[in-house]
Amino acid sequence: MNSNSDYILQVSGLTKTFSGVKALDQVQLAVRKGEVHALMGENGAGKSTLMKILIGLLPADSGEIIFEGAELTAAHVRDVMKKGISMIHQEMLVVPELTVAQNIFLGRETKGKLFSWLDDRTLTKQAAMLLREMDIQIDPSIKMKYLSVAQMQMVEIAKAISNNAKVIIMDEPTSALSEKEVATLFRLIKDLTSKGVAIIYISHKMEEITALADTITVLRDGKYIGTRPASELDMDTLITMMVGRKIESLFPESTTQRGNEILSVKQLTRHGQFTNINFAVHEGEVLGIGGLMGAGRTEVARTIFGLDQPDSGQMYIRGEQADIRSPQDAIRRGIGYVSEDRKGFGFIPRLSVRENITLASLPAHAKGGLVRAASESAVANRMMADLRIKAASPEQFVTFLSGGNQQKVVIGKVLLSSPSIIILDEPTRGIDIGAKAEIYKLIHQLKEAGKAVILISSELPELLGLSDRIVVMAKGKQTAELSAQEASQEVVMHYAMQV
Amino acid sequence: MENNLNSYFDKDSGSYKLLVRLQEVRKYGLLIAFVAVCLALSLTTPRFLTIQNLMIIVTQVSINALLAFGVTFVIITGGIDLSIGSMVAVTGVVAATFAHPDEYPVIVPVAVGLLAGLLFGAFNGFVVTRSKVPPFIVTLGTMTIGRGLALILSKGRPVSNLSDSFNFIGGGKILGIPTLIITLIVTFIACTVVLRKTVLGRYMYAVGGNEQAARASGIELSTVKMIVYTLCGGLAALAGILLTSRITTGQPNAGAGFELDAIAAAIIGGTSTSGGTGTMTGTLLGALLIGVISNGLDLLNVTSYYQQVVMGIIIIGAVVLDSVNQIKN
Repeated sequence: MNSNSDYILQVSGLTKTFSGVKALDQVQLAVRKGEVHALMGENGAGKSTLMKILIGLLPADSGEIIFEGAELTAAHVRDVMKKGISMIHQEMLVVPELTVAQNIFLGRETKGKLFSWLDDRTLTKQAAMLLREMDIQIDPSIKMKYLSVAQMQMVEIAKAISNNAKVIIMDEPTSALSEKEVATLFRLIKDLTSKGVAIIYISHKMEEITALADTITVLRDGKYIGTRPASELDMDTLITMMVGRKIESLFPESTTQRGNEILSVKQLTRHGQFTNINFAVHEGEVLGIGGLMGAGRTEVARTIFGLDQPDSGQMYIRGEQADIRSPQDAIRRGIGYVSEDRKGFGFIPRLSVRENITLASLPAHAKGGLVRAASESAVANRMMADLRIKAASPEQFVTFLSGGNQQKVVIGKVLLSSPSIIILDEPTRGIDIGAKAEIYKLIHQLKEAGKAVILISSELPELLGLSDRIVVMAKGKQTAELSAQEASQEVVMHYAMQV
Repeated sequence: MENNLNSYFDKDSGSYKLLVRLQEVRKYGLLIAFVAVCLALSLTTPRFLTIQNLMIIVTQVSINALLAFGVTFVIITGGIDLSIGSMVAVTGVVAATFAHPDEYPVIVPVAVGLLAGLLFGAFNGFVVTRSKVPPFIVTLGTMTIGRGLALILSKGRPVSNLSDSFNFIGGGKILGIPTLIITLIVTFIACTVVLRKTVLGRYMYAVGGNEQAARASGIELSTVKMIVYTLCGGLAALAGILLTSRITTGQPNAGAGFELDAIAAAIIGGTSTSGGTGTMTGTLLGALLIGVISNGLDLLNVTSYYQQVVMGIIIIGAVVLDSVNQIKN
């Protein structure tokens, strides 16, 4: 690799082994000053291991990291940060009870003297100056816990800047942001790069990569696949590089005719969350619900599934009014719900794949309260095969699976409760493209099998590619119902932004 | 990283097999520790490994083990029950009141005692599920209430003069085996079956492992918790009746501090206080380990003051080992 001084960070021959398995195998990465360098790859490709080594969280087995022309040997996170490499973590590592200013200067308040006087006023002043320079409107004296996720992220970036960061690593920074907040983040990134700061950007969202990245490096199975200028890389080539095989068509063509109406909601309202929602789903149909984050889509889904109660409005199942007071009611009436919060509402981390898959349908495999092990194992194994869940065995804890496989476990659980209406809330969030394609295929199969699918998604290509009709929500109101022909990215966005 | 570990593993690779083996070792770590302690004691004191002494240990352990089984159910669901020691006193006093000679058949004091424990446990469950008060606080309250009730019901005096048939329950032998040991074995098997083989047991793990996900899977959280606290009360009553029978007196001050020994047994046995994990075998081993160590220290003439220090170190050590293992995982 050439030692062009354009490069601020050069990694070569990096190898890392975990108990005999190579997580990184001779990986290289060369980042130029002032560029956005996207790091791409499926889950398990080695991106996070590489980043952990870069910021000093993990030692490498072999290989070289050159930062600003000198070999980076510092093994400690704090040293790496001082030298100018900072990371904005996906799960914000902030202290909620401290102020913005205190968070920005955390660990650097008094130059290391543990018992010297804390001068909060100066800290707050310095923080205010820093935030003003970055054109961020956050009061540095308020407690961190009152900020939105987006604002916390801004503060984290400010902290990196105050550390004199020359390379900032961002791991899925937009996963919890609204469209507007994403725009602010992108503006900030452009601003930073114009000042010569390099950004290493990790994301699964293709449209962000196209919008931001100057250069793209792809990893696969811990190996370096290649680095290309973003302008020379089309979507298909990129996906092929990441997956290692060609994915023919993400969205299968459908020939199914829609059947009878199964579920309809009329004037459904829950104060402060959504008002007067009206739609119907039919057998063999995918109804998409589009909108920005915070538009009330998840809240509608939760209410249909009985997790919350509506304040007014009705639900009808096969024409009959249904009073759904709990998830048990919903499951009994044939509704299944895959939550957008996989970790929070989806699986039980320390139960096995088998136990998770059968959790919602266990009484069907029990006699007199005793679980019939053979019958339970049989259905769990079949579901694992059907959904192609990759696990060491059905007895493996779900917490050790990759995000995509965890999601499949949750979907498998819901399918086993044999629902006729399936609500999928952001079913592909944070999972890699290979697993995404399989979930798309599954949605297609459900539809062909005559199920009614309600698909909530913030990813427009997915929403448009899978839905037969799309309901759009904005700020708790229903702003449009579009047919597949009427819907396009622009039209959906137009209604999603409508107040 | 850990989330992705799986994708690196080939099922047949040597490293995967090693990982599985390490997990197995961890699973049997407590058993290995238990055997090691027994071995060490039988080498240092000849009196340890005698049928008589082992009988004494298991007899001493059984009351604590019964309580520990109950509290294991509760801890697995993510709760805690501090009132079990007081329940031992209440149920013991209640049973003793109906156990005087020539008053009622022996089934009456047993049934009334059990009923008292079930009701007390159900009350715990009711408050825990109906209020947003943490179980720690609720059962801290009912622990005091229970102690007070025991003193009120007995007017502050031990209830003695109990029938022979009642005293047989916890003090007798069947075919040379103490009834306490028989009860322990039967209860252990029953609790294991409930936890491992029933829908209810699976739901306990689910509720403790991720309450929201359990709810979204259609599990009625409050029902599971109600049952678990009631069950714990029932087992505490069983312990209370056996203890009362064994010491032939209903003592309003009995069982003070028992809750801590029971919780210690569960935790040494690998039950996580954050819920979602734990086994009855682990809890039984935990209780036996506590019993063996205190018996061994007795035989070695170590004063009870030091025994408490040793026990504390073992509790912390067990949890530290477990957390180290979890990080490695």
